[in-house]
Amino acid sequence: MAENRHSVLGLSDETVLKMYETMLLARRLDERMWLLNRSGKIPFVISCQGQEAAQVGAAFALDKEKDYVLPYYRDMGVVLTFGMTAADLMLSGFAKAEDPNSGGRQMPGHFGQKKNRIVTGSSPVTTQVPHAVGIALGGKMAKEDVVAFVTFGEGSSNQGDFHEGANFAGVHKLPVIFMCENNKYAISVPVEKQLACENVADRAQGYGMPGFTVDGNDPIEVYKYVKEAADRARRGEGPTLIETVSYRLTAHSSDDDDRTYRSPDEVQKAKTNDPIITFGQYLKETGVLNDELEKEMNDRVMKEVNEATEYAENAPYAKAEDALTYVYAEKQ
Amino acid sequence: MAMEMEVKDIPQKKETTQFLTIVQAVNDGMKTLLETDDTVMILGEDIGKNGGVFRATEGLQEKFGADRVIDTPLAEAGIIGTSVGLAVNGFKPIAEIQFLGFIYPAYEQIMTHVSRIRMRTMGHFSVPMVIRAPYGAGIRSPEIHSDSTETLFTHMPGIKVVCPSTPYDAKGLLIAAMEDPDPVLMLEPMKSYRAKREEVPTGKYTVEIGKGKKVKEGTDVTLIAWGAMMTVVEKAAEQAEKKGISCEIIDLRTLYPIDREIIAESVQKTGRAVIVHEAQLTGGLGNDIVSIINDTSFLYLRAPIERVTGFDVPVPFFALEEDFLPTPARVVEGIEKVVHF
Repeated sequence: MAENRHSVLGLSDETVLKMYETMLLARRLDERMWLLNRSGKIPFVISCQGQEAAQVGAAFALDKEKDYVLPYYRDMGVVLTFGMTAADLMLSGFAKAEDPNSGGRQMPGHFGQKKNRIVTGSSPVTTQVPHAVGIALGGKMAKEDVVAFVTFGEGSSNQGDFHEGANFAGVHKLPVIFMCENNKYAISVPVEKQLACENVADRAQGYGMPGFTVDGNDPIEVYKYVKEAADRARRGEGPTLIETVSYRLTAHSSDDDDRTYRSPDEVQKAKTNDPIITFGQYLKETGVLNDELEKEMNDRVMKEVNEATEYAENAPYAKAEDALTYVYAEKQ
Repeated sequence: MAMEMEVKDIPQKKETTQFLTIVQAVNDGMKTLLETDDTVMILGEDIGKNGGVFRATEGLQEKFGADRVIDTPLAEAGIIGTSVGLAVNGFKPIAEIQFLGFIYPAYEQIMTHVSRIRMRTMGHFSVPMVIRAPYGAGIRSPEIHSDSTETLFTHMPGIKVVCPSTPYDAKGLLIAAMEDPDPVLMLEPMKSYRAKREEVPTGKYTVEIGKGKKVKEGTDVTLIAWGAMMTVVEKAAEQAEKKGISCEIIDLRTLYPIDREIIAESVQKTGRAVIVHEAQLTGGLGNDIVSIINDTSFLYLRAPIERVTGFDVPVPFFALEEDFLPTPARVVEGIEKVVHF
């Protein structure tokens, strides 16, 4: 038996199983989207593969009734945890009218769903960071118990918006959690050519907040750090920067070939540390998961993926005139 | 109709007024908004203790506190981005950009979020906010401080752009902008900030966004301008009158959406138009106004439309500033050209 690391954090067996199932659902949805893309049915995929542990571990540490999440484009694990469904994500993949994110106006991975406190984002990376700061400032003004959780990649931690947002949050001690999902590559450029410092978390010092580098393949570890950061934020002690280190298991998107900029050996090696495998092993070694439960879980996930695919594929596209709506309030 | 009758029957309360400059009217508008709506907040550089580099926010932090009138770090994208978050969370931010020429770091936030959040979420999210920015040349300010780049924002669906030229309109448009469900950029003519005073109501009132104003009736030519160029146009009209040319003057007040009706109505009467703006000619708003006149009033025209504008160069510094800006003499030249065509 492996050491049980989740119980001491207050995570029940049922909760860690739910975490694992959410990770699996994200992975299987993502894999399905690649198949749909390669068969010409959906235009674009941008993957969560390899980052599910960080995303789900973090999202489980937040309060889904109170907190806001400002995800970046790979965060399928975050949005599934916050209530977005497989069908919602597939509708987005197919760019159908019923897509709750944007009605097919945005690319897949551009999440936004007000009822689930998932704040809309756009393609220019890291521009969502100051929005989290503003939401947290509003929460502080209204004396509400709100934490704003925002994610971004290590490459985009070079963008000005990250620094401007982090600094503002540091100056005003705002309840923000900045989580950098370091997957080692910004499209083709490796982390050592992106960062002048060793870790993204080192950047926290400049903004008067604690910074932590954690194993992004371990959802329990990520949960622990994000939970502590959320507790700090709720106590009025200000923001935290957390860097989760994992590896991007796919190409950047369906539109690039990663064999041109990294070796297959490197990718193969990273796959031995795939969090879907390692977390499954942990759950089995701690006696939480067995083969029978795993099969049930896999069947449930695949059924959900199949139903979501079928529903979204058959759903209608938006009408041409819909493109003219919602630009201003009076034109709805 | 019945409603209107009833309103008329109510004895009007005597409205108190103050004699204010444009910048004082802007200040009074923000004060009115802060007093009447707890969700209004102001963010900007040097707006608190210092009261703003033009004193537009003077006394507001003292009166409403550092929580509601926030001296932000010096970072424009952060100011606008934070305002987006506040608006998403139900607040009504007024963001001050110290000079329009410093808005460029925040341009991405405005282009990709402020103007698009409503559209891309099918109205689930919206970010009503006001961005205020002093603009324009003529006060001997240094490089970049004199820019007049309104068309960067009129070419951006999802945001409205207003530009008052009088104290009354400044306060009324500011309050209308804050009450508007969509984001509004208010360009404030810094050259005119203290140029004139007028009676401004003490309480809350609005000037409708999207409506121009006929400043002067005339019969021979329509002069169309806004902001700091109104003074130039008014002087030019006086000079033209002495030469027997009757000028009608329109203050556009809102640059997007443009009041097409007021332009069409006037040009159809005069048959001639001179458009005056200090921004560069190429890509300037004058070109859109020419198109509106072509679309609505082509067959009424008695002469090609004239544009009197800044030149296609960056605004030059101190010594050459006045050579760049349209002058009354240049506008009169334009007027004579269309009248004697």
